[in-house]
Amino acid sequence: MTDAAQSLRRERLRALGLVLPLLLFVGVTFIAPLGTMLMRSVHDPVVADALPETLASLGEWTGEGLPPDAAYEAIARELVLAREERTLGQVAGRVNRVESGLRGVVTRSARGLGDVTEGPWREVMVAIDSAWADPGTWHAIRATGQRFTARHYLNALDMQQLPDGSVARQPEDRRIYLPLLWRTLIVSAGITLLCLLLGYPIAHLIAHAPPRRANVLLVLVLVPFWTSLLVRTTAWIVLLQTQGVINDLLVSAGLVGDDGRLAMIYNMTGTIIAMTHVLLPFMVLPLYSVMRAIPGRYMDAAASLGATPTQAFRRVYWPQTLPGVGAGSLLVFILAIGYYITPALVGGSSGQLISNMVAYHMQTSLNWGLAGALGGILLAGVLVLYMLYDRLVGIERLSLG
Amino acid sequence: MTDLGVPEAVRDTGGAITSTASDNHAHVEFEGVSKSYDGRTLVVEGLDLGVRRGEFVTLLGPSGSGKTTILMMLAGFQTPTSGIIRIDGRSVQDLPPRRRGIGMVFQNYALFPHMTVGQNLAFPLEVRGMALEQREERVERALALVRLEGLADRRPGQLSGGQQQRVAIARALVFEPSLVLMDEPLGALDRSLREEMQYEIRRIHRQLGVTVVYVTHDQQEAMVMSDRIAVLKEGVIEQMAPPETLYEEPERAFVARFIGENNRLHGRVVTVNGGLCDVETGRERIRALQITDCEPGDQVTLSIRPERVAVNPEPGVYGNQVGGTVRDLAFLGDHLRVRLDACERQDFVAKIPNIVGHGGILVGDTVRIGWTVTDCRVLDYERKDD
Repeated sequence: MTDAAQSLRRERLRALGLVLPLLLFVGVTFIAPLGTMLMRSVHDPVVADALPETLASLGEWTGEGLPPDAAYEAIARELVLAREERTLGQVAGRVNRVESGLRGVVTRSARGLGDVTEGPWREVMVAIDSAWADPGTWHAIRATGQRFTARHYLNALDMQQLPDGSVARQPEDRRIYLPLLWRTLIVSAGITLLCLLLGYPIAHLIAHAPPRRANVLLVLVLVPFWTSLLVRTTAWIVLLQTQGVINDLLVSAGLVGDDGRLAMIYNMTGTIIAMTHVLLPFMVLPLYSVMRAIPGRYMDAAASLGATPTQAFRRVYWPQTLPGVGAGSLLVFILAIGYYITPALVGGSSGQLISNMVAYHMQTSLNWGLAGALGGILLAGVLVLYMLYDRLVGIERLSLG
Repeated sequence: MTDLGVPEAVRDTGGAITSTASDNHAHVEFEGVSKSYDGRTLVVEGLDLGVRRGEFVTLLGPSGSGKTTILMMLAGFQTPTSGIIRIDGRSVQDLPPRRRGIGMVFQNYALFPHMTVGQNLAFPLEVRGMALEQREERVERALALVRLEGLADRRPGQLSGGQQQRVAIARALVFEPSLVLMDEPLGALDRSLREEMQYEIRRIHRQLGVTVVYVTHDQQEAMVMSDRIAVLKEGVIEQMAPPETLYEEPERAFVARFIGENNRLHGRVVTVNGGLCDVETGRERIRALQITDCEPGDQVTLSIRPERVAVNPEPGVYGNQVGGTVRDLAFLGDHLRVRLDACERQDFVAKIPNIVGHGGILVGDTVRIGWTVTDCRVLDYERKDD
């Protein structure tokens, strides 16, 4: 009995040993970076680490008028210290995100304070920059000093925290993320629909073709899938650009004038066309696998029972392909809302999606917290969608092929 | 539900049992129908077949005999390469399946898995634009017919094989077609259930008076249910007759082999004389009924049912008597099965009914066996041993 239990445990350990490399791999390459990014979207210790005493003395400040002298003294010391430890740039950048223009104030003050050895600090600092006499500056410093903050999420949803702690929407001209998020959702839904409209007949054709022809057709669907994304995208540029193949054909056929060439790339049209092409296999494959499992005799049965082909399709075939439609749509939609490379290459300025903004904050503005928050919102959106699908259709009916 | 018996469609057209006018022409008629899938080999060859109104006809044959193809041509899912198929005297060549008004029970049922039983049954009524109220009544009646009352809200996946089978039958009948086709409908069921369903299908057939064309490879199934059986081999009807006739009077060696058990001996015709032949097989000379056309010198098959063979009979009672050696004995309750070396075969079988007593036969005994001339039939030569 104990022998059996022992050998069972050994078996389990051995099995665990086999999956361990994969678990480690997933942990290191996927869960850890994802977790870090999500962490960054709510956790920002830079200012809190650099200006601990300042923030402590700001704790007694009511927010009305100017902070106590102790705060001026503390910040004067800590700014100089931060300059020496070369964290000043990061601190200035973060403060600047809350109230633009403060980057200069912080760096200039730190430089100016380097020569001053004694107070009164309030007068000294106001003399260096009058911004120190503005409560708004101090609100900004206090806001960035929170280790855990909803700031990035508010920002990503075009909202801000007012000095009195209440949450309000950004002014109209500063709302960029919500419209972009909304546009991303709509474009992704449109691409999903296009993929469904194009993919359904293809999948049907492949699923019910004789085996040899089905193989050829399947390869035709998969070859673009195997081709480098860059090659495919470049091909679309060649085809769609103003002096490209399609425009040339249209002009030579006399359908459009030479001066009326269509702008089909470097805008939203380009993004939609190229992404539909790229994502089409993700629709076709789940549909194909579901359709292949539907025996032809169901349609025969429907016909023998008196149904017209349309009735048979609508009542018998279509409902049975719904798991594939759901799987394909979910897959395409999820991939589309997070798609980066294609909009970046062919989207121009009007064809950018939310992920391009994430990339911008990752690479250019270096506001990783905001990038993480945008990513987190995207992730939450996908999870909501997934749960909705589960509630409506049942995830166990999802067939990914 | 007192009028459950005869469906309206049958009453309206005055068909089925009540009418004699429609018996003038067959309900279903195949005339010279051939079918080839690849343009070379014929799956069905020059088929002539008539099915009378209200008749239960079974197409019986091994796999590859073309029986399902015949059914699919009748249903409209396959088109004949040549020949004409008529239903009610009219060619159905240009009618798509949905216009043929044929109820069909498919192999493995083909119940729509995403619909409930009730929805499955209502489907043919719905596509015909029937009003909801009438639909519900018909569905209920059909469920009662197959004794599945109260299961309308289940899905096919929640039913047992036998129940699914009943639903499939009900669905093929619910729109009251006068012709129903069944393609090996009992193939997926276990043995006892299959037997029960055979009687069930026969009851429904009698109750409704519809014409049924049934396909199976199971001869017992065919014998239980059919008015007539068409035995098919390689796309050709070998013989079409009521079950008793097929058993008692096979006209082809294949039928003799396929229906029931038969001793089949090979031999050469010696004389042909007034419906009787003398056939030489090994050292024995056997007199038998001439069924196939033959002349002296032709090779033929002789068939004798094992239960018509007597072991150690009184001398002179039987027209044929030969010697044999008992190889094996098996007591099977209602009869004793004797395997003998006789007439150049080592599997010659005689069945001694339990009412006779077997007179102490032992393995290795040399015995005489005998049978009457009329129980032995001269059939076409068929070398194949199954």
